[in-house]
Formats: sequence, structure tokens, C-alpha cells
Amino acid sequence: MVSLAAHHVWKLYPPGIEALRDVSLTVSPGETLALVGESGSGKSTLLRLFNRLEEPTRGAVEIEGRPATEQDPVALRRMIGYVQQDGGLLPHWRVEDNVALVPRLLGWDAERRQARTTALLDLVGLPAGEYRRRFPAELSGGQRQRVAFARALAAEPRLVLLDEPFGALDALTRHELQEEFIRLKARLHPTMVLVTHDLAEAFRLADRIAVLRRGDLLQIGTPAELVAHPADDYVQALLAHHRVGKA
Amino acid sequence: MRIPSAITLACLTVATSLQAEEGRITVGSKNFAESRLLAEVFAQLLEARTALRVERKLGLAGTQVCFAALQNGDLDLYPEYTGTGLVTLLGAAPEGDATATLGRVRREFLTRWNLHWLAPLGFENSFELAVPRALAASRGLRTISDLARVSRDLNAGFGHEFVQRDDGLPGLRRVYGLEFRDVKQLQQALQYQAAAAGDIQCLDVYTTDGRLVVHDLQVLEDDRGFFPPYTAAPLVRGETLARHPEVGATLGLLGDALDADTMRRANLRIETRGETVEAVARDLLADLGLVAPAATATAAPRRAHLASFMWSERRSLLQRTLEHVGLSIAGLLLGIATALPLGLLLERRRRIAEGVIRGLGMTQTIPSLALLAFMIPLLGVGAKPAIAALWLYAIFPILRNAYTGVRDADPGAVQAATALGMTETQVLRQVRLPLAVPVIMAGVRTAGVLTVGTATLAAFIGAGGLGEPIVSGVQSVDTIMILSGALPAAALAVAADVVLGRIERGLRPRGLRLRGAA
Repeated sequence: MVSLAAHHVWKLYPPGIEALRDVSLTVSPGETLALVGESGSGKSTLLRLFNRLEEPTRGAVEIEGRPATEQDPVALRRMIGYVQQDGGLLPHWRVEDNVALVPRLLGWDAERRQARTTALLDLVGLPAGEYRRRFPAELSGGQRQRVAFARALAAEPRLVLLDEPFGALDALTRHELQEEFIRLKARLHPTMVLVTHDLAEAFRLADRIAVLRRGDLLQIGTPAELVAHPADDYVQALLAHHRVGKA
Repeated sequence: MRIPSAITLACLTVATSLQAEEGRITVGSKNFAESRLLAEVFAQLLEARTALRVERKLGLAGTQVCFAALQNGDLDLYPEYTGTGLVTLLGAAPEGDATATLGRVRREFLTRWNLHWLAPLGFENSFELAVPRALAASRGLRTISDLARVSRDLNAGFGHEFVQRDDGLPGLRRVYGLEFRDVKQLQQALQYQAAAAGDIQCLDVYTTDGRLVVHDLQVLEDDRGFFPPYTAAPLVRGETLARHPEVGATLGLLGDALDADTMRRANLRIETRGETVEAVARDLLADLGLVAPAATATAAPRRAHLASFMWSERRSLLQRTLEHVGLSIAGLLLGIATALPLGLLLERRRRIAEGVIRGLGMTQTIPSLALLAFMIPLLGVGAKPAIAALWLYAIFPILRNAYTGVRDADPGAVQAATALGMTETQVLRQVRLPLAVPVIMAGVRTAGVLTVGTATLAAFIGAGGLGEPIVSGVQSVDTIMILSGALPAAALAVAADVVLGRIERGLRPRGLRLRGAA
């Protein structure tokens, strides 16, 4: 399990856009932190600092106590699971090859890859015998996202980053997959950072929640802390809107 | 799939055209009937009287192309006219009579370039100006000076070379003050049609052009002696004569053998009666007693139907088709071999990519004929420059699609692959490239069709192909001959599209084929 930290992180884009303004936070080993905010809040940018898809303009990011800049990005990413909104499966690869992507990059032998793929597909509710030889185009949206989860977990990462992983799913499938997520979390206990615009989802899945707005970190705390002491009117309004305040 | 054998064929075509062989000489000609006929006469005579193997590169695009090819050894000989040698090639002012002109070009060509003018063939073929006989009668035109008085009311139609050459329109302007209302540049064969239609009232003609009679044109007297004497003779490389002395001796048999009247009748058979250059050349040589007469009558009418003409010409059409396919495949394969790696490279150097692609896009705007002409000083005539030009044309569509296809490949898949720890090279080779296959192949298809179409122009620089009957047909205003080349060329373009489409479907990754529209 991995700890994460961001220290006074700024991210500026050329025409003077401040995507992140002086954001500091930490994530404890085994914890699930949700980054919540509307689009343009900087939540995805913040997430992408942790696997070095983005670099901070100012400030520092630490992974397991070591500055991220001291770690080779490619090696780092192979240790970190990643799920994005559209799944991002490679359309020209079969399900089993998609799942075994990181193990193959890490040089696992075929036998070990195959065993791992079978176990993972079963874990995410897609019987390997039926699904391993299929192409992504032969799956439903929900099934594709399950494969994406299996792929993210394939090399037993101790850190998983999730960028709106349920965002593109219909309500029923989303609920089903969220249940799955909770079971996986209980079983594997990785450190996780989850980006979502849905506060209700954050309440269900996360241990702590960070609320961002236009690059500022407004508040970070447990769901109970947010409800008890909303930092400002925006957080208050957000809680009310998602009807989680009275929960 | 027949592709491997087609590739082999392409390579063979290139290989055979590159090898210089002992005991073989190459005869060239310019792209008008008399030049072709004389070259064919030389070729048949050499075949009949020597052990040499003769290769023909007939119908090259003009004096400069022929001369460049002769200088760099792609041709051993071609028929030329002393006046052209004097004015166009030596850049001298016309002066002196036929004998003096011949003497001068002989001396200067020998010392400057080691090129020999062999025995003159016995006739002159001067440029002349002609006007419709009715016009000459009504305006009282007998000389070019007469014409200069009324020319501002007239439209002229001149050959492309005539408009440029100093012994053509520029010189006439200077010497006679000749100015027209409008000057159109036309292919020689089309000038007669334009005159018959009344679109032009003055045209440049040749002394020995048989069509003068047919079209009822009046030749105007060159009263100021502007045009130099254009004595026809074989122009041969000194090295060829040293290596094969029999060439000089054999072609010497033609010295003074052909008079202007004979040539006029022979040209007429080709230009208006649609007989082949081969048949007319054979008859000329037979009449001179230099070869045995043809076993069967050569003048059989054969232009009734396109289908029967193509059937009678099937051997040569097949040969032309194979040449055409060979040129196209060679150009396309070279294009792929260049553009694909370049496209991948540019994807990694996006800063300069657009500039480079736009720069290469300019090659598309060079007229094909001009591009072919640029190639001659570098690569000579024949298959090499043609393939080089086709290669240049093929690069751009493939490059553009390779670059954009790889750059814009499924962004979600690319991001996921990167985020999970693929290196940039792995992303390129395992994700971007396979996903870009349909886009890249669309570029290859465009390039393929373009290449097959452009390859018809290879005939202008002696590379053969289906352009050969098209060019010959245009010169003799023979629609059926034009179609006999144009139809197979069009069919080849369609076939290229179909075949490349099949290949695209075969190469497209399976997972993408399932997706349908997405």
C-alpha cells in the first residue's frame, strides 16, 4: 500500500489558465480518496499528477515518500492501476490481451499471465471461458468497464487511479459496478484515488472526499466531517444538491 | 493474392530497363509522325542488316528530351534536322545554305559532344507557315511578309516547341514583325483540326507533312530566308560508332535515299490513314530494296472497331499493360517505403510535421509533364525517371494519411496505454500504428489510383506503358488508338482501387473490423 502527497501544487496552462492553485493533500496507505468537483475544477489534472501524465508547474508530488520526479514515469505507471471513463481498451486486442497488458510489459511468462487473466475476469464477473477471446467491440459498455477494472488490477498494483470510471454507464450498470468496486476494495485494499463529479458516488465509495472548484481545494475530510462542517456555501450547496447532507 | 508476383514483375521491369547490354542499341524519336517513322526505319534496317538488338524509345517529348537522352547515353541515335541542331541545340543564328549548315553542325557537334551527323537522308523538312488557301487568295498572301501585313487580324495555332524556339515564333517576330491577334499552343496533330474548324488561320507546318494537301492549306514563301535548312539525318553518339562500326555503314545506305515527296506520302499514310509506323517503315525499306517486302499487304484497313483493333494489337497492348503495372507498382511501393516511416517520424516531431507535409504537398502541384522533364537530366529517359516521378507523386497522400492516422488514433486507447506504462515507442508500434491502418490504407489507395493515372505520361520519356498508344493516337488524331490505351488504363485504375481495398480489409486489425461504423 502506498501513500501519496501533494505539496503546494500549482498547474498553469499557457494562456494563463490556473488548473490547480496551491493544492496540498495527503492520501494514507489503503485509503480511498474521492476528488469531487464540476468539470474544470482541476480534479482530473490533480489525479494525473500521481502517475506523471501531468507535471506540476510549481510544488511537489510524493509517492511513497519519494518525490515523483525521481521516479521513472514508465516504471511508475506500470506499478499503478488506471481506469478512465471510456475504459480505453485497445480495440484491436482481445479481452485477455487487454487484461494482460501490464503483466506483459513487466515480462511475466505466458502461463502466469493466463492464470492471472482468468482469475481477474472471474473476479470482475466475466467468466474467462466465455469472454477472454472476445474483442472490445463484442462487449457492452458495462462489460468493457469491467475489463478495464480487471486490466487496472492485473499486476497487483498497490495504487489505483480512477478517472470517472462509472461516468459513461447507465444507472443500473453503474450501481452494479459500484457494488463490485466495494467488494474489490474490501478484498484487495489498495490505495485509491477516485475522480467523480457525483458526490453521492463519492459518499458510497470513498473514505475521504476532497472538494475542488476552479483549481482550489475547498475542503478535504470524511463524509461525516463534510456534512457536519461544510467549509463554505459551495460545499453546502453541493451536499444539498446531491441530497447527501441529511444522510 | 497475386501481389507477390506483381512485385516481382515490377522489379523485373526495373531491372531489365537498368541493365546496359552489349550488342544492343537504343533508337529514339521525338513525338511526331515523321520522327517516329525515321527512327523505325533506322531500327528495322539495323535489325535486318546487323546482329544488333534494337530497342525503341519512340515519341519522347521534344528535342530537348531526345538530345539530353542522347548525351547521357540512354539513346544511341535518333533522327534530327540540321536546322534544329544549329539554332536550338547550338544556339546559333541561322545562316548559309544546306551544305554549309550541315558542315557547321557536323564540326561543332563532333568537337563539343562527340556526336556524329551521318549521311543526310535526302530531304529537308523545314518549318513553314501555312494559311487556308481561301484566305491566301482573298487577302493576296504569297509570302510571310504578306502575312505580316494582315496578321493582327488572325489567330494562330502553333506547336509548343515552335512558340519557344528561336527558329520559331520569337525569330519570326523579330525578322518579319509578325504579330497575331492570339496565339494558341496546340499539339501538332490538333492544329489541322483547329484550322479546319476555322479557329485558327495560321499554323506552323513541315515541308513533308502530307496533311497540307488534304487540308487545302497554302504554304507561304520565306522571302527573307528566315528558316535555316532542316536537312534530316541520323544523329549518333561517337561511342556507339566506335563500338559498333556497322551502325554507321548500315545507316549510310539511307544516304540520299528519301526525297520530300516520298516522305510526304509516307507521313500521310500514318497521319491520316491510321497505318502503323512499323508497316510504313517496312514498305519504305522494301521500296529501297534494303529489306524483303512484307509477306502480306500491310495497308489492311483496321480501324473499323475498337474491339477488333484492340484484338489485333493484343500482344503490344498486353506488353504496354505489363509495363504500366510495373511502373505503377514500383512507384507506389517506393512511395510507401518512404512515406510510412516519414509519417511515423513526423508524429514524434509534430512541431515540424505540418511544415514538412505542406512542403511535400507542393510536389503535387508540379505538372506531371514538367516533373518528368526535370527528371531527365538526373536520370535520363526510360523507366527510371518515370518511376522516380511516380514515387514523388505517391509520397504525399500516403504521408499525409500516415501522419494524421497515427496522430489521431483512438485517443482513449492511446491515453490508457500510456497511463499503464507503455513507452512512446510501444504506444506507436502496438497502438497507434495498428489503429491507423484504415486511414493509412486510404492514403495508399488514393496514391495507387493517382499513380496508375499518372503512369500514362511515362510514354513521353520513353518508359512505355499504356500512354504509348494514347500519345501515338493523339498525334495521328486516331480516336480508336487513343481509346485502346485509355480504356485499359482506366480499367487498371479501377482495378488498383479494388485490389488495394481488398488489401486494406485484410490488413485492418480484426477488432476494428467488428466495430462497423464506429
